[in-house]
Amino acid sequence: MARTLRSDLQGKEQLEITPGQTVGPFFAFGTVYPKMHEVVFPHSPGAIVLSGIVYDGAGAPIPDALVEIWSADPDGNIPRGRGSRRRDDHTFTGFGRSATTDEGRFEFWTVNPGSVDGEAPFYAVAVFARGLPDKLMTRIYLPDDQEKLDADPFLSSLTPEERATLIATRLPNGYLRHDIRLQGENETVFLEF
Amino acid sequence: MTSAESDPTGEEAFSSSVIVEQTAVAPEQLLASADMPPQSQINQEIADLHAEYGRREAAGEKLRATMYDFPPYRSSILRHPTKNPKLVDPETIELWSPAYGQRDVAAIEADLTLQHRGEPQGERITVQGRLLDSWGRPIPNQLIEIWQANAAGRYIHQRDQHPAPLDPNFTGAGRTITDDNGEWKFTTIKPGPYPWKNHINAWRPAHIHFSIFGSGFTQRLVTQMYFPGDPLFALDPIYNTIRSQKDRDRLIGQYDHDLTVPEFSMGYRWDIVVDGPDSTWFEPEGEH
Repeated sequence: MARTLRSDLQGKEQLEITPGQTVGPFFAFGTVYPKMHEVVFPHSPGAIVLSGIVYDGAGAPIPDALVEIWSADPDGNIPRGRGSRRRDDHTFTGFGRSATTDEGRFEFWTVNPGSVDGEAPFYAVAVFARGLPDKLMTRIYLPDDQEKLDADPFLSSLTPEERATLIATRLPNGYLRHDIRLQGENETVFLEF
Repeated sequence: MTSAESDPTGEEAFSSSVIVEQTAVAPEQLLASADMPPQSQINQEIADLHAEYGRREAAGEKLRATMYDFPPYRSSILRHPTKNPKLVDPETIELWSPAYGQRDVAAIEADLTLQHRGEPQGERITVQGRLLDSWGRPIPNQLIEIWQANAAGRYIHQRDQHPAPLDPNFTGAGRTITDDNGEWKFTTIKPGPYPWKNHINAWRPAHIHFSIFGSGFTQRLVTQMYFPGDPLFALDPIYNTIRSQKDRDRLIGQYDHDLTVPEFSMGYRWDIVVDGPDSTWFEPEGEH
């Protein structure tokens, strides 16, 4: 799409938006595809596992959720490589999708995103589930650069409890762990743009 | 691993012997609501909530098109956030979308009637439209995925318990990439209404699930397209999670006789408009 100056759009009439609906119970056969959670080839240099559990308001794991991540590469470049849906096992497309298991677990093979424009690095995340009437957007921040996390204007606007729901845990093997709670105690902070 | 192996001293056994690891139930066990109310009660709950949203909006509150907290859709009760989403400026990666292209999808994947040896049962239809951003600009080269029940209202998903026939010639999933004008088109079978266990005698209006990528990740959309004149609209809690009639109407594909192919298929048109900013909103580098 051609770039449009923001000023050119001002005053232009906007179209009405198509509203969202739940992904429903039987999304797997329409959305699941080979290697969809392999943003990078497993065990390739720099590859890590990012995993977690999606919980409902009663603390029960949600077995029919769909989690998507989208991030910069380790150098902080926005990926423009094609092929998220048909992996060639070397192009970094930045996008991954994971349907939760019967135990509510999602999992990605990916890399640590680099900082873009000096900001605290994060994965952009979309969450869908049966019973969830519309998508939820959130972020998973890397826990490693405390200085950048402290300096982040958005994170700074949150309470420590809220902030904690957005920052992943680094495991001893270098992998990342991050749970998503749709409701209740330690409810994940979700975003609207 | 038993507790004896993980805790050789047995200390933890004293303090936490009652903690039994929760075993997840089979997902289909979760599909039925706990109370199974009659349709009349669901109708009343929907009407009450829509009236309440109308009052809140009249009082100046800004509400989303789709309500997260909508108890008539029983499985949403424990799955919706209770806090308002934080309004943030999208940053860097969020203003871009994964780059898709023709290499990601074969052209034949947009025709759900050609995936098996024979022709599927049911009413052959085409559904087509444009993918636009809110400024009316077409979004090319983006992925649209669809999935649906067959003509009898049965999903191929193994957890679907509806005792309607499977169709050996119909899977019900397809995908396509929008062209340079943001146009997309699917050939498929009109899905049947689908019974579910939200309440007694609960039936979903016939629908096709759509998953859509815009030009920014903020614009990511999963929704459902319905068919004109369905008598189940007013009875369906999922359709009515969208609180206003004009927004609900936006999910109904329009019958278009010009798209109907003689002796072959019925034609529907449905344009999709995604919300939210993307990278093209911003002034190019060096021209600030």
